Amino acid sequence: MENPNDNILNVSGLSVKIQNQIILDNINFKLKRGTTLAIVGPNGAGKSVLFRTLLNLIPYTGKIEWGDRVRIGYVPQILSVKDIPISVKEFLSIKKASNIDEALNSVGLNKDILNKSLDALSGGQLRRVLIAWAIIDKPNVLLFDEPTTGVDLDSEEAIYEVLKRFTKENEVTLLLISHGIHIIRDYSDYMLALNKCVTFFGESKEIMNPSLQKIIYGETHTCLETRP
Amino acid sequence: MVLEKMALVGDALSHVALPGLALGFLFNFNPFLGGFAFLFGSAIMIWQLGRMTKLSFETIVGALFTIALAVGILIIPEPELLEALFGDISQVNLMDTVVAAIISIVAISLTKIIYNKIVLTMISEELAISNGVNVARINLLYLLLVSLTVAIGIKIVGTLLVGFLVVVPAAAAKTISSSLIRYSVLSSIFGAISSFSGVLLSSYLNLPAGPLVVLSGITIFAMAIIASMTQK
Repeated sequence: MENPNDNILNVSGLSVKIQNQIILDNINFKLKRGTTLAIVGPNGAGKSVLFRTLLNLIPYTGKIEWGDRVRIGYVPQILSVKDIPISVKEFLSIKKASNIDEALNSVGLNKDILNKSLDALSGGQLRRVLIAWAIIDKPNVLLFDEPTTGVDLDSEEAIYEVLKRFTKENEVTLLLISHGIHIIRDYSDYMLALNKCVTFFGESKEIMNPSLQKIIYGETHTCLETRP
Repeated sequence: MVLEKMALVGDALSHVALPGLALGFLFNFNPFLGGFAFLFGSAIMIWQLGRMTKLSFETIVGALFTIALAVGILIIPEPELLEALFGDISQVNLMDTVVAAIISIVAISLTKIIYNKIVLTMISEELAISNGVNVARINLLYLLLVSLTVAIGIKIVGTLLVGFLVVVPAAAAKTISSSLIRYSVLSSIFGAISSFSGVLLSSYLNLPAGPLVVLSGITIFAMAIIASMTQK
């Protein structure tokens, strides 16, 4: 029998309207603790809006129920670090955590990077620093909006390896938005396909099914009948 | 303001003090109190309009400062117009200096308290909100702090040139900084050097201090740009 405490997130009847346009329509899903959920779908499907809604950044109707003692680490897709002369140490110190070295170590960076300016880092280094930022105060849920934007393919794999190791070692629940089919297959347990409504919810290995890819990324789609 | 890409907001905001200065001259109270009140009122109005209309601060200030400049020039008595626009260091007395020092301490202390929240908001408003920062309140405090800073400089360099002190030393520091601490320290040093050298030159050459403060600062700015180019 299903134990409700196994779930860290329970979303039911979630809808979002922005300037009278429906962005998300009747989203229902549950997520078990310690699992990784990939949010997938075409551009404009409402993936980033779902993240912002889960973080209570925008108004919504429906229910979002997080489990007890949830601590969320979040990294948005776009940051304005290029315009600010801020060092890695200063950035990580904003959270006033004492374990900067440990966080850097977890993402495969060493202390030499601390005095570098964020805008002098490569795409891969910057994303690792952002992961360090997200994990520094020991969250049990991580939300990553396209964590490897602007990163080359080799670094992309390395970053997902870091995330996978960290989430497994610390029993962290991970929600990530990604467009990479192999990334979704290899680094997430479940996937939620959106196109304003839910078009698929199931195991991530299903992403390799070409007919499902047409449903997820195709212009024509059918909303899945989901219930709270 | 430079980091927030609001350099022109800092400059234009200084002009909204003009009607307040004019009222002070007309009704025989300290004009800088009037300027101060107008700056504060404008900061709150800009913040509120920004929330209500979703227009950028830059757009709102752009509209507001031209109105304020026009009204100020119309009502200010002509003999005081030059002093209001360009400042007059010879009119600064001990009390003004003490008040400026106290305001500076308050502004620096407040900035220190909300420093991390301001930085986080600059990097990403979403990141800031998700970390429990009340971005609207931080934006308001930030605008009020800018108003305070602008108000201090009006007496010395006037409403037309005080925007320089908010923008140019910080812009010079930004070109050669890789950390916030270096940026903050260099901004302060460049601002201080511009002001001191401008005032010294003014007494030596018997010319108005305001334009000389600006010219000193521009020299530093040019040197910083050259230094940043040689670093690359």
